[in-house]
Amino acid sequence: MSLIHFQVLSAALFSIGVYGVLARRSAVMVLLALELMLNAVNVNLIAFAAYGEQVQATGQVIAIFVITVAAAEVGLAMAIILRLFRDRASVDVDEVDLMKW
Amino acid sequence: MLPLDIAFWVMAAVGVATALAVVMEKDIFRAALFLVVSFLVVAGIFVLLNAEFLAMVQVLVYVGAISILIIFAIMLTRNAHEGNPFNSFQLPALVLSTMMLAAIAFVAVNTEWHDWDQLGLQVLPGDSGEVFSATEQGIKNVFGNTTQVIARLLMRDFVLPMEAASVVLLAAVIGALALVRENEGEA
Repeated sequence: MSLIHFQVLSAALFSIGVYGVLARRSAVMVLLALELMLNAVNVNLIAFAAYGEQVQATGQVIAIFVITVAAAEVGLAMAIILRLFRDRASVDVDEVDLMKW
Repeated sequence: MLPLDIAFWVMAAVGVATALAVVMEKDIFRAALFLVVSFLVVAGIFVLLNAEFLAMVQVLVYVGAISILIIFAIMLTRNAHEGNPFNSFQLPALVLSTMMLAAIAFVAVNTEWHDWDQLGLQVLPGDSGEVFSATEQGIKNVFGNTTQVIARLLMRDFVLPMEAASVVLLAAVIGALALVRENEGEA
């Protein structure tokens, strides 16, 4: 196994996440697919940290920040989804067009 | 074939399969459970990449907290996810994501990665400061000592981003509370 293996794995997970974000209707499903994408990014960062020319953990530190932002994002997204469900009794992302021009 | 290679291929196969199950599954609750398996597999891949601290953080934050939040969101919006879960962009989305995978894989395979691959997996220096290659020394060296190195980086080079991250978390908490709170006149 080499750096390429991990990169292709990360690309596969990311592409599956992109498909989920674009093709799903439920906002919760979009959130799930978004988490897949963030995970794929972490795999890529940590793979580059492990295979780097110098021995250092900068990639892992940046992955920690990605995890932090992901946690904040899930909390906010869940609040938005709950608000949406309370106001409209639906979490269909196609119906949320208030800010669409 | 090295044991590490077998571990990689098993985890890659399970990870991709569960990720596909997440986006293909009709029942949203089962999709969330598949997502938990996917998170665990990614944690295993982190261990394979000598990031055992990150693997623990992955299990605690993703498997422990984020999946619980997502399952809460599913439970509280229970009757909203009936019906067709796919929208009209299914085919374009499939084409776009396949093209994206092909593009990234093509670039990754065709790039000259200089000596990076010859170096092999590196374990970060522990207390003794030695650096060794996991591909040569086998699975015992996978458990290096990254926690100290991460702590040193986080407290020296990345102090400002770390403080900013705490502000981001605080803002997220306040924002989430403000969003779900009942309005005064509404209730």
